[in-house]
Amino acid sequence: MPQPHVYRTEAIVLRQRPLVDADKVCVLFTPLHGRIEAVAKGVRRTRSHLAGHVEPLTRSRFLLAKARSLDIITQAETIDAFPALHDDLDRLSRGLYAAELVDRFTDSAADGTRLYQHLLDTLHRVETADSPDLPLRWFEMRLLDDQGYRPQLQQCVRCESPLRPDGNAFSVPAGGVACPECRTGLIGRPLSGRAFKLLRFLQTAPYEQSAQVRIDAGLGRELEGHLRGAVELALDQEVRAARFVEVVRSTSADVHNGKRAAAPFVERRAQGED
Amino acid sequence: MNDPARPTGASAVTAIPLARLIEAFHRLPGIGPKSAQRLAYHVLRAPQSEAQELADALLDVKQRIRLCGLCQNLTETDPCGVCLDPARDPSIVCVVEEPLDVLAVERAAAFRGRYHVLHGHLSPMDGIGPEQIKVQELLARLGAPSPSDTAAASALIEEVILATNPNLEGEATAAYLARLLVPLGVRVSRIAHGLPIGSDVEYADERTLHQAMEHRVPLGDADGNRISVSAPPAAAAEESDRSAQPTP
Ligand SMILES: [Zn+2]
Ligand SMILES: [Zn+2]
Repeated sequence: MPQPHVYRTEAIVLRQRPLVDADKVCVLFTPLHGRIEAVAKGVRRTRSHLAGHVEPLTRSRFLLAKARSLDIITQAETIDAFPALHDDLDRLSRGLYAAELVDRFTDSAADGTRLYQHLLDTLHRVETADSPDLPLRWFEMRLLDDQGYRPQLQQCVRCESPLRPDGNAFSVPAGGVACPECRTGLIGRPLSGRAFKLLRFLQTAPYEQSAQVRIDAGLGRELEGHLRGAVELALDQEVRAARFVEVVRSTSADVHNGKRAAAPFVERRAQGED
Repeated sequence: MNDPARPTGASAVTAIPLARLIEAFHRLPGIGPKSAQRLAYHVLRAPQSEAQELADALLDVKQRIRLCGLCQNLTETDPCGVCLDPARDPSIVCVVEEPLDVLAVERAAAFRGRYHVLHGHLSPMDGIGPEQIKVQELLARLGAPSPSDTAAASALIEEVILATNPNLEGEATAAYLARLLVPLGVRVSRIAHGLPIGSDVEYADERTLHQAMEHRVPLGDADGNRISVSAPPAAAAEESDRSAQPTP
């Protein structure tokens, strides 16, 4: 089907990069056209009408003009600016992580509409959830599913016997969990019983239920390690924003002065186990 | 074999030194192949002295320009002229992303403190973190532990103005710096956000309008006193305090 000369789409801006003069290239993720790179002209100028509507991690309605190389953004109007996400460095770092995952996965994305909805939901959750990390873990699980890298969590990746919670290892290259008998000789990391149960839960439960689970800092970090490993194997490259999440995390303790834990997941010590 | 002057295709008709110059111009940012050709032919037709001048200027800039040990701006002398200027207030430091930003702030002529040039901004998706820009050097100026710390320079700084760009990466950089600087007991401020002069409210995006509302400037108080717009907020507050006091 030939594209019309000018077309409309909504999109989430994943990232930008400078072009010549005051122009930038915006990487847009759209529900129907997938990932589009388009030129935003003059957005580095303070009087640009476009600049605020094409910032990364903004959802806008676009009018795009087909051009020989990159399409050109002729109009943009914000639908959702995710203000609370932009105003909080902790949340912003997680939002960028989600955007980078989509940016890197979408060359091969088969179903753009579904991924679009997942990203949109994830950004809203990162913006409002008590802990901005759990939405990312849930999102990573969906990405792995959609891209055909669903981790094997029901039976041992080697002997295929049903798994029990303790003594297992999570082996990224083997594609899932290895039982205590098979784990030796496999590249992998020890998988705690709690992390094992949580991974299984994340794989099947809707987000709203996953969000009810109380996750302490240690468990959060373990989960993050396993899932990031799986995602980076699927991508065959590092997720760069992960380092930024670490940098931001290292500064959150000083600033929040105990109002919020430095840990990736909010620890509710008051109601917690002792 | 990787000889750029290999006589194939179009390059066969271009003399080797000229091809080399075109190639060199083409590597410059924003210069396409056509512009590179135009520039190269201009140099070719120009008098010897003009070419010499260009060549000297190129080498000179590489040999003589370095970074100021304090503010990290480009300079011929270390410390730079701004850092050495006794008329400038060493207690206020304006943090900017690039040397060109210093020029822009200087043109506005409203700032009489010193600068700190980061030479970039945090760019999480490009793997640019705090180690890739001049963050350590800023902390050193504020007396944070660092081998290059000079006590004389650090003790003076009372306020840091974060003037990174008001876009996502500039904001992230400012927010990150604020987290590092606030615990050091220094006043930290961010340049105001709002609508640019000469623009239209109608075309403003949500966030800009939101920020403009948040950072609105008072023009008069509830007692019918006018408040000067041009005075900085701190000075304006002191002024109104003072004018309120004398009446017993
Ligand atoms: Zn087994
Ligand atoms: Zn200097």
